[in-house]
Amino acid sequence: MENTYAIQMKHVTKRFGKVVANDDVSLDIKRGEILSLLGENGSGKTTLMNMLAGIYFPDEGEILVGGNPVTIASPKDAFDCGIGMIHQHFKLVDIFTAAENIVLGLEEPGKLDLKAAAARITEICQKYGFVIDPNKKVYNMSVSEKQTVEIVKVLYRGADILILDEPTAVLTPQETDRLFDVMRNMKADGKAMVIITHKLNEVMDVSDRVAVLRKGRYIGDVATRDTNPQKLTDMMVGHAVTLNIDRPLVEPRHLRLEVQDLTVLTPDGVKALDHVSFQAFGGEILGIAGISGSGQKELLESIAGLRATEPGSHVIYHPPAPDEPIAGQHVPVDRSGEELLGKTPRQIHSIGVSMAFVPEDRLGMGLVGSMGMTDNMMLKTYRAGKGPLLDRKSPRALAEQVKAELDVLTPSLNTPVRRLSGGNVQKVLVGREIAQNPSVLMTAYAVRGLDINTSYTIYNLLTAEKCKGVAVLYVGEDLDVLLELCDRILVLCGGQVSGVVDARTTTKEEVGLLMTRFRKEAAQA
Amino acid sequence: MTQTVQHHKEPLLRIVKRDGIARPKAYAIRIAAVLASLVVSGIFIFAITKLNPIQVYEAIFDGAFGTNRRSWVTIRDAMMLLCIGVGLAPAFKMKFWNIGAEGQILIGGVVTAGIMRAWGGDLSTPALLAVMGIVSLLCGCLWGVIPAVFKAVWNTNETLFTLMMNYVAIQITSYCVALWENPVGSNSVGIINQMTAYGHFPKVFGQAYGLNVVLVLILAVGMYIYLKYSKQGYEISVVGDSENTARYAGINVKKVTIRTMAISGAICGLAGFIEVAGVSHTISTETAGGRGFTAIIVAWLAQFNTFVMILISFLLVFLQQGAIQIASQFNLNDYASEIITGIILFFILSSEFFINYRVIVRGGKEAKGK
Repeated sequence: MENTYAIQMKHVTKRFGKVVANDDVSLDIKRGEILSLLGENGSGKTTLMNMLAGIYFPDEGEILVGGNPVTIASPKDAFDCGIGMIHQHFKLVDIFTAAENIVLGLEEPGKLDLKAAAARITEICQKYGFVIDPNKKVYNMSVSEKQTVEIVKVLYRGADILILDEPTAVLTPQETDRLFDVMRNMKADGKAMVIITHKLNEVMDVSDRVAVLRKGRYIGDVATRDTNPQKLTDMMVGHAVTLNIDRPLVEPRHLRLEVQDLTVLTPDGVKALDHVSFQAFGGEILGIAGISGSGQKELLESIAGLRATEPGSHVIYHPPAPDEPIAGQHVPVDRSGEELLGKTPRQIHSIGVSMAFVPEDRLGMGLVGSMGMTDNMMLKTYRAGKGPLLDRKSPRALAEQVKAELDVLTPSLNTPVRRLSGGNVQKVLVGREIAQNPSVLMTAYAVRGLDINTSYTIYNLLTAEKCKGVAVLYVGEDLDVLLELCDRILVLCGGQVSGVVDARTTTKEEVGLLMTRFRKEAAQA
Repeated sequence: MTQTVQHHKEPLLRIVKRDGIARPKAYAIRIAAVLASLVVSGIFIFAITKLNPIQVYEAIFDGAFGTNRRSWVTIRDAMMLLCIGVGLAPAFKMKFWNIGAEGQILIGGVVTAGIMRAWGGDLSTPALLAVMGIVSLLCGCLWGVIPAVFKAVWNTNETLFTLMMNYVAIQITSYCVALWENPVGSNSVGIINQMTAYGHFPKVFGQAYGLNVVLVLILAVGMYIYLKYSKQGYEISVVGDSENTARYAGINVKKVTIRTMAISGAICGLAGFIEVAGVSHTISTETAGGRGFTAIIVAWLAQFNTFVMILISFLLVFLQQGAIQIASQFNLNDYASEIITGIILFFILSSEFFINYRVIVRGGKEAKGK
């Protein structure tokens, strides 16, 4: 009997240091089927698939291809097993043609015959309905064409198990439809396919079966025709967990930041933010929820003056009233509100708008990895004081203070922060931003990768800022935290505001649906 | 029922980045590297020439410090190398790959020579020195700023650009050498103001090269303070580590790029002035003599610490002077000694690898301990 399982993963566990990315996951992938892998950010979807693609090696567990146990220790091993992964970020050589990129790295005996390769590429394209010119240079291609090259590259190598990591994130709806047609053709040809996506409508549209991961664990799988977006959301976000974060209500709250029609383009010309409008108040934590890459980073960077915005965008800053405790700490501005766009990052910072952005690599922005805590403390304030020389006294005092208050573990204040563990790096960053006495405090992923105690320290710090009258913008990943920490939650989806909800009354399901653009009414209808 | 994956082969050698290393251990590795390089060079010398390596090493030392004169030549050349290294330090600390020091030195040297020829005798030597110093500084600055502006505004590749600027400077120098030929037909400029010594460095502390030492050491100390304790030096470090962070901190990256290259180019231009007015008193396309490249090694090896640069400059010049000595004493040609220099440098550079990484052998103590 023919084995219908293309891949079986049994009890696979992958840890990164203390973080468990995949915990005892068992997953089957069948031939002639499109499987959707669904889950929130950080639920371990990509990690799991990377183990099939040979990028990571599982710590525990077993992988069977066609019923036989295999060791996949490198991408080459993956290809030998017929597994091909199309990554979110394309790995193509810009100055090469499609055909050159496709044959790149293949070790075929004899001379390189690009003509024969082009013929085979055309053949593959015709078979599945791709449109691609083998002689076109990659730098002349649209995003969708590049993706096609990636897929053909994998097929050219004889892969019959394809993994697509968020393939539609970069595509227009029409291109997405075309991709799905191709995927259905490949399915008819007996190939096994896994599509990683956050978008529930696409899951419903293209897949036969859905497997859900949550926080690294395998939740279960269902046939697509037996489910609906509401049920899938429930599986994805789980039931609300009570965290008992102290959440005082601050009265009165003053309007601090007015964002109007904020539009930002990516370097490719795609709208990263599309007419985003909202208000943020002093004395409140405004949560910002959304699938990663929905425009959170662009939003904070635009407010901080680090990103060019499109004409018609406005960010109006209203200074604290004279009777507020945080008034008078910063450069005075127009009481009736002052436009922040067009100001330099330094001017915006001097007004009292602070940003603590914790990027994936933690150090990319905000901290200087090769410097110690002391030198990092003065990143924004080193200009203070007269004369051309630095004053390291007050930053050193500040470093001592942050180290003591937040329990930063570092061998010395001069140890390069790159050598500190991730959690400690975050404490340094968040501690410094709070120490600036901001009137607007923006944090993104402030507790990413932190243990539970440290996370609570940060929540308490943010709440303390809120009680002082600071407007806190909290970009977060964990819905449970957003629901308990914030006063209101703004949900971003694809660069647009899909809703603003009261965090005290909303439900996880409501926010989850907004994140995937299924409004409550639409889902019920 | 957790099963572990079978047939998982660990590679024979694995390279792991070190979390950090204690300072004494790092220095021990470096010293070991130097000793190892001497042993390897010794084996090489014996294999090729059948000479006693100890004698050869003695000759190297003799060549560098054998006589008072030789010692001063070593000091003089080390100061030149140090001066260029000091000039390159801010650029490389900013991760701006300035391989255009050759051109910056030459252009500084050419204007120095030109002024020395033109106004020697019209101005007193101190005034002449001041004028030459300032003009060479400005010209070197210009040579550094041009690629920096292109990099800052149009994001051109600074490595290629600074390299090309070298060729421009070399051609200008060739043109001037032909123009100032003395005597005619010699294809060289000869010693400028040979009889009058107008515009030559005066003796300081009774030493011909005393002023060179004073000037370069002032620059070295100044650069140390600038990089470590000044606000601008702090900006250079931030930009060098991450441009994103620099923008986040409100640092104007373009401005810092241009300003830093202006300083870097200016010091290299000044090195050209010191070379022409203080050492050779002539100009040729060989005035820079590849030291603009060698100084990159000096700056990087010292991790931009100008005091460490002093040591490294001396080491390199010591080897060079010694090389010349063994070439003449043992009838070897220059290449033999260059090979020794190469071996020693190779060992020093690769010791940095062992300071930053550890090698774990399969089945070794560490592999099992893991």
